[in-house]
Formats: sequence, C-alpha cells, structure tokens
Amino acid sequence: MNKIGPGRPEPVKRIAKSVRVDQRLIAGMIAPGTRVLDIGCGDGTLIDHLFRTKGCDARGIEIDMAEVTRAVAHGLPVMHGDADFDLSHYPNETFDYVVLSRTLQAVERPRAVLQQMLRIGARAVISFPNFGHLSVRWQLFSRGRMPMTAAWDRPWYETPNIHPCTIRDFFDLCAQEGYAVEQWLAADEAGRRTPWRRFPLLANLFGEQGLFLLRRA
Amino acid sequence: MGLDCGVHLPEVDIAFRTYGALNAEGSNAILVCHALTGDQYVAERHPITGREGWWTQVVGPGRPLDTDRFFVVCANVLGGCMGSTGPRSPRGETGEPWGTDFPPVTIRDMVRAQKRLVEHLGIRRLFAVIGGSMGGMQALEWAASYPDAVFASIPVATAAHHSAQNIAFHEVGRQAIFADPDWQGGRYWQTGRQPLRGLAVARMCAHITYVSEVALTRKFGRRLQSAPKDNREAIDLFGDMFEVESYLRHQGSSFVRRFDANSYLTITRAMDYFDLAADHGGDLAAAFRGSRTRFCIVSFTSDWLFPTEESRTIARALNRAAANVSFVEIPTDKGHDAFLLDEPDFHRTIAGFLAGCAVHAGLDSP
Repeated sequence: MNKIGPGRPEPVKRIAKSVRVDQRLIAGMIAPGTRVLDIGCGDGTLIDHLFRTKGCDARGIEIDMAEVTRAVAHGLPVMHGDADFDLSHYPNETFDYVVLSRTLQAVERPRAVLQQMLRIGARAVISFPNFGHLSVRWQLFSRGRMPMTAAWDRPWYETPNIHPCTIRDFFDLCAQEGYAVEQWLAADEAGRRTPWRRFPLLANLFGEQGLFLLRRA
Repeated sequence: MGLDCGVHLPEVDIAFRTYGALNAEGSNAILVCHALTGDQYVAERHPITGREGWWTQVVGPGRPLDTDRFFVVCANVLGGCMGSTGPRSPRGETGEPWGTDFPPVTIRDMVRAQKRLVEHLGIRRLFAVIGGSMGGMQALEWAASYPDAVFASIPVATAAHHSAQNIAFHEVGRQAIFADPDWQGGRYWQTGRQPLRGLAVARMCAHITYVSEVALTRKFGRRLQSAPKDNREAIDLFGDMFEVESYLRHQGSSFVRRFDANSYLTITRAMDYFDLAADHGGDLAAAFRGSRTRFCIVSFTSDWLFPTEESRTIARALNRAAANVSFVEIPTDKGHDAFLLDEPDFHRTIAGFLAGCAVHAGLDSP
C-alpha cells in the first residue's frame, strides 16, 4: 500500500487499534496520565490505547522485529528489545507501571524479570496463562500427556512457554519476593473477568489466566 | 564562529536548500543532515552531476518527509565543497584557498553552523532532525547539544562513535589521496592538476564498505566484460575485466567530478573524531539525560559499516537516560547504503514515527 514509487504514496493513516478484552482489563488497572512501559507490546495496541484513552506516556519493548516495525510505523514509541536483557538499562523508577502481558511464562528468568520490573517501575501489571486451570489438570490426569488448550496451544517440544505457573504459584512467588498484591483477578481465555475474586483456590481451578497488580511491599 | 579546535572562523558561509513552507508558528521544520559525500541537493536535480537528488524517495510531496506538510531544510556541512565554507573557500584577502590549512572541524562544529542557519530561518525548535551515517551522527549531536531545539531525532545507520575499523578504512582513502603525485601537498590549485586518481581510489575503497557482499554478488558476481581499449589502469584478462572492477572505477571517476580532495580529508577526519560518549565524561547516557526529544533509531541488518549493535548501544544509552526511544532494525541485504535506497519498511517507519510525533507536538493535520 505504501509502496514508494513514482506518484503519490498513500498517506499514513492513524487509526486506533482494536484492544483485546484482556488488554482492557490491564488498562483498567492503570491510572491516567502515568508513565507506562509495556514489555512484549506486540504491535503496540495497548500503548496506543493507553495514550488515546488515558493520556499515558506509554512506551513498548518487543522482541519480534516485524511487530516493532508495525508499531513504529503506526507512530508508537516501541523499541526492539528482550525482556531478559534490556530492562537492566533503565534507571530506577523510570515508570509508574511496567506491564508484562502473557509473556512471563516465556522469558528465561521470570524471577529476575519481575525484579527488574519492580525496580524500574513503581508498580507491575502481569498477566499469564494459568497452568492450574481445570482443563490443563484434567488432560494431564486423564491422558497422562502434556495438555493442549487454547492458552497452551503448542506441543511441548516447540512451545516458547518454558516457565508455566499457576495462580497459586504466582501468589507464592510474590510472598517470597516481598511484593504486595494490590489487585488480582482471574479471567477466561478471551479476557473476560471470572467471578472468583475472593477465592484463590477456585480462581486457580477455573481461571484461564491470572492478572496481577504488584508493588514493592 | 568558534570551532572546537580553538580556531575562530571570522566568516562562515552555509549553502542550503529548502523544500515546502514554514508554517506561521515555525513549528514544522525538519533538518536533513547529509552523509560524508552528500550535499544539500536532497530532492532536486544536482547542478553538477545532473542526477536526481539523493533522497527523493524520502523527501517530497506525499513522501515520508512530506513537503506539503513539513518545511525541509538541508545544508552543506561546514568543511564541505558545495558552497559552505571549507578547504576550497578563499582564505582572507589573498583569495587563495584554505587547502590543508583549513582548521579541523568536528561533527559538533557542523551542528553549530546548522544551528546558526536554523535560527537565521526563524526556527526556534526543529520538529525533527534526520540523517543517515554521518548525518545520523549530526542528528545525535543535535539532540545532545540542543535538546530543547529538537522535538524528534532520527539517527539512521549510524553510531555514537566511529569505530577503529571505520577509521582504518578512512585512513586508506586518505593515504590514496596523499600518494597521488597530483596531491602536491594539498596545494593542487596552484598547478590546476587535482589528485583525481587518489580521490577516486578513496571513493572506490569507501564504496565497498557501503554495500554488502550479498549485494555485490547479486549485482556483479564474477561476470566479465570487455576491458576498455586504452586500458592502462588495470590488468586485463585476455581483454576482459570483472564487472565489479568497472563499476568501482565508474563510482570513483564520477565522484571526483563533484568532490574536493581536501574536503574529503576534512570531513573524514570529522567523522573519525566523533565520540559522543567521550564528550560527556565517557557516559553516552549523560549526553541525553533529561532529554525530552523523541528518538527513532534505525539500523539495517546487512550494514557492516555501522552494524545494528552500534544502534543498540545508542538505544540502550537512551534507555539509561529514560528518553523516549523507538528502535527498529530493517531487514535488507543492501548494506549501509540501504538508507539511500528503496526500502519500503524504512520509509514506512519514518513516516509513521513522524506522524506519531506530529500528534504529540500538536502539529495540525493538513
């Protein structure tokens, strides 16, 4: 479409990207006018949404270069980078929120990434697919094989999700690392909120993904 | 104008071209910084070569630097030979050129001269500064020296300092010029014989660094063509020569028609001196601390002269300075020269970045 040749190329159109339901839940945890870093931001849909609807100074890091190019070509401040290596370069408390959406299970050192997130940001927003979900448990129990679900959709030998965890596991890690859980909720695969707010055990069984707002205690 | 070396130039001419119109607020100006052998003829026919401008794919109506919307300025660098003060300019009242006595200039000196020009044009803050290679060094220097005068900076295929390898290639070029009998200690205007062969060899050597091996192979491979009849300058193989040889010779001979050897020495030196971190206590992040400029760093996968790692170093320094940075590596096999060529992803990136910046800068959409 934007092929540069003789004649006029099409102007760049700035159209608001459509936001996924789970991204709306994340945006709901973020106060307006704040500084946000979205790690693994993909094509930048969330940061676009945060800028447009909340006036946030939102930036992104993405490992997939094609996505980075798409985001920057859309006018969004996104840089190529890796959650495992690039967070250490930011000064302390550069951001009000650091977001890691559906990526924690795929990084090499999840604990170190969390530490970096809560060093460079006052708060961290993390979402991850819950390995404790009923269908995962049932498949492993009944078939004795690695589960394949909508969230865990790649065979064990080629999945990028090398660090699966459950909602309960994540609570434990937060306690161990001394992070205060300011908000949490369980959601289904589409990102619709599920109703077990007060019951971690049930959320861990019925929630397909967990969403947490943390701060240093 | 005072230079970094301590010399004061009493008079400085800066030759420049502009495209588009400056708006009433003076807020839509983009400064384009040219590379080592570029000049101010960005988007129009070159007066000497008759060829199209060097960035017509990027600058023009409807292009990424849309001249219907932006006021685009490009100036010949200080030390250049297309109208700005440089070694070929007359020195004092004698009217003799400066030649090798022209003081060494730095990238910062070039930027200082551009700043004067920009002020002269009534621009308090540039909407953007963009440049590739040496032009990228200037885009970085602008953001470091005048952070409040640059809303956005786009350093392309560049580095925060010239590497040992880059300096080494430049030195080969300079030695080729010195080795030419027509060099005459740099006072070649006295005889009218210019060191064209030395300058051509310098260009040939440099040109190899601007392209990738893949691109050279694709373009020429090992193909032969018949050597010219008066072939005194090369060994021919039963009357044949490699196409790549012929290509390089053409690059060399067309270059010397528009460039001055002393300028080549001055400008390559300026690039070699460039070390933005060293200018800021050894910490590149210190050059950008507190900067509100929005950066877009662009590199190309097959650029081995200014490899992506150099751009990543800049991006990480900007992260340390908590600056707003976009960083893209464009996949291409065309090497360093890719920034001058038809690279749709690159052009989309610039256009999109500028569109985003225009929203943040409050520039009105046409």
